[in-house]
Amino acid sequence: MARIRFEGVRVVYPTASRPAVDGISLTVPSGCLAVLLGPSGCGKTTLLRTVNRLQPIAAGRIEIDGRDTAALDPIVLRRSIGYVIQAVGLFPHLTVAQNVAVVPNLLRWDPRRVAARVDELLASVSLDPAVFRRRFPSQLSGGQQQRVGIARALAAEPEILLMDEPFGAVDAIVRGSLQEETLALQRRVGATILFVTHDVEEALLLADLLIVMRDGRIEQAGAPAEILTRPATPFVADLVDAGDALRRLSVITLGELLAHGQPAAPEAGSSAELPSLDAGASLRDALAVMLEAGASRLRVLRDGHEAAILDLDTLRGAARR
Amino acid sequence: MSWLGAHAGEIAAYTLQHLALCGTSFAIALAIAVPLGLLAAKRGRVGIALIALLDAIYTIPSLALFALLIPLLGLGFWTAVTALTAYAQVILVRNIVAAVRSVPPWMVDAARGLGMTPLQVFTRVELPVGAPVVIAGARVAAVSIIAFASVAAWIDAGGLGTLIFAGIERQDIRPIAAGTLSIAALALAADAALRAMERLLRAAG
Repeated sequence: MARIRFEGVRVVYPTASRPAVDGISLTVPSGCLAVLLGPSGCGKTTLLRTVNRLQPIAAGRIEIDGRDTAALDPIVLRRSIGYVIQAVGLFPHLTVAQNVAVVPNLLRWDPRRVAARVDELLASVSLDPAVFRRRFPSQLSGGQQQRVGIARALAAEPEILLMDEPFGAVDAIVRGSLQEETLALQRRVGATILFVTHDVEEALLLADLLIVMRDGRIEQAGAPAEILTRPATPFVADLVDAGDALRRLSVITLGELLAHGQPAAPEAGSSAELPSLDAGASLRDALAVMLEAGASRLRVLRDGHEAAILDLDTLRGAARR
Repeated sequence: MSWLGAHAGEIAAYTLQHLALCGTSFAIALAIAVPLGLLAAKRGRVGIALIALLDAIYTIPSLALFALLIPLLGLGFWTAVTALTAYAQVILVRNIVAAVRSVPPWMVDAARGLGMTPLQVFTRVELPVGAPVVIAGARVAAVSIIAFASVAAWIDAGGLGTLIFAGIERQDIRPIAAGTLSIAALALAADAALRAMERLLRAAG
């Protein structure tokens, strides 16, 4: 629905000695949650802002579904792309409902349709419309404000969502629930999301595609498990702390391991007392369950049926890889 | 009391003159200050130069400014309006600059990112968010103009200052008191009216 393709994109700030974005080529498939990860000043936010043309590019092109964005009216383009920033950017003189309705109103939707959409969106970010509709941003907590910010970004059903460190200013507990909700929302609406963060844990949790950036270039792009298990450069290994075996185990599911390796053959009669886990669980969970049960083997279930038996040696092998 | 009764019509006429003088000056001042203020806010170097110039005008004593304008514009209403407009500029432009700066950059960024045109960013975000600061400045400007305008009588522009000057000349406290109290009342009324407008704007937003 909305594939984003960067091709040789360069951004040069007038006073800077080197380009902020230095010839980036990258394809983000439709419906993918792509996370741009890197230290501050690596160009991740700048790259994000080139998509809705808040940031002009000096060279290269950016395509959405094969159409060059430079050929589109920037105002029309921006209205079709959701935008969430760390500062939230809610308008203090507008109520929650009016904030969420900004883009639908710019698009001149019918007022009844706007009202219905606002209620639907507030409910979808876990805010009771009856309670929050008429409140002003100053009457909300930081986490609630960011929920409204996300609802506002989603209001006109964008196929692309740009999120610039959206959870940077909320506390750890609220951040956790917002991350979970972002994943659920992503699955539900199927938008292509470009997400900027400098938080490695957040990146590993959210990313389908993880893009590690440094000095305006892509250091490595791939699935989180791939980046953790095969970091391309010392910088990437350092940043994601790829030496941490537990972290590697936490991004690989039992199902993924079994698809690649050779599971131990089920042994008749002995498996009934073993601890069991669903194939969707991570290897880290598996290790925890085995240590807790004092077992050296684990039943892996698919749809409630035993699919394989995993032993500690196999797990150890995965952690070392 | 009998003096007041005998001169009520006169006081009313001077009050109307004063109002006309100040209203005209305020309207012109606002019309000039809005574009100047926006220019000063958006272009840093122009802004600094402009505010320095306006500050310089503001330091000229009001009587001296009127005197300076006489050779250029002669006596009368429009000379007074020119001087009052110049004074109000400093206060208004400073506050419009402060109002624009009171809108944080991330708020403008969010507005642009959502797809507002530059005009929509201005009318839907910068203006309503900055309006209270502008109106606060307008209140100070209006009260200052009303006070300064008393000197306008000295250059034949009329207004409540006429009563004060007449009182000084005749060594009569009554017209001085009447003029002073009327000016104070006008200032308070203007302040209250603008404050009401501010509340209305906030409620509308």
